[in-house]
Amino acid sequence: MAITTPKSAYLKGIADGAPFILVIIPFATLFGLIATEAGLSVFETLAFSVVVIAGAAQFTALQLLQEEAPTIIVLASALAVNLRMAMYSASLTPWIGGARLWQRALAAYLTVDQSYVVSIAQYERAPDMTIPQRIAYFFGAVTPVVPLWYFFTFIGALLGAQVPDSWALDFAIPITFLAMIAPMFRTLAHVVAAFVAVVVSLLVADVPYSMGLIIAGLCGMIAGAQAELWAGKRKVGQS
Amino acid sequence: MIDKTTLWIVIIGLGAGSFFLRFVFTGLVGNRAMPAWLLRHLRYTAVAILPALVAPQVLWPAATGGQTDPARLAAACVTFLVGLWTKNVIAAILAGAITLYGLLYLL
Repeated sequence: MAITTPKSAYLKGIADGAPFILVIIPFATLFGLIATEAGLSVFETLAFSVVVIAGAAQFTALQLLQEEAPTIIVLASALAVNLRMAMYSASLTPWIGGARLWQRALAAYLTVDQSYVVSIAQYERAPDMTIPQRIAYFFGAVTPVVPLWYFFTFIGALLGAQVPDSWALDFAIPITFLAMIAPMFRTLAHVVAAFVAVVVSLLVADVPYSMGLIIAGLCGMIAGAQAELWAGKRKVGQS
Repeated sequence: MIDKTTLWIVIIGLGAGSFFLRFVFTGLVGNRAMPAWLLRHLRYTAVAILPALVAPQVLWPAATGGQTDPARLAAACVTFLVGLWTKNVIAAILAGAITLYGLLYLL
């Protein structure tokens, strides 16, 4: 489907965000279940998901709240898990930085792993899109994701029962992220960035408060940028 | 039991803090030009952060208490290879899910 208007961009965004429905439903339900199990009311659980919309950070905060960690540690750890959102924000800025302020504010609230990864892939594939088309696409990509995130948190909180471990729902997230990333490997520099990030993430897995993720991500980004520079120099040298 | 005041401080603080992290560049930098070296690094955000996020979970899943699980490891490899080969996200997810449940059933 060719994108010619903001409306067609919005529809394409919905189509491209749709695979995440498979992940969001179990993940949101799981959060609802675990939160009510930890003693939160249905309203508190739903408020948590609506105010924060960040699965991994919510699980982190809940875990630490249950361990009765100091409030400041709970906040710092969960925000550290969410530090990648600042990187996503930076990465989206060249593409949607020219949009209206309210659109950028709404897009910021709706910046999650899924909307980011789907949108950035589309912007790089179709660099000729206009800013209104990019914003429409972004809102399209979150349309199948965020309402379901709210709704299934609510369902999970209502169910309040334990989902058996044998369903292996923990692995829904790694699988979808891997499936999303694989088509993004277009150049050697992308491969180098991912390889370095993975190796570093394993080496620093024990660094507290999820700071290892940020360290690994930065190392991967530096490696990718360097690889791009070298590849560019080689090309210039050959021609 | 989680203290209700603490809970609401965490919900509101985490909500405000997360919004700030998400808004800091798109909102405050806007369409001012960013230097080339920064843009060059930002191009690799997705391919660096997301693999770094999942790699430890693939090798040491929390669900198995950090023990490497052949079913999860194989499912991750299959998902990634099918994604690379077909460039099709849904095909990769389905291949990964079938591998995971198939091996969990067999092993």
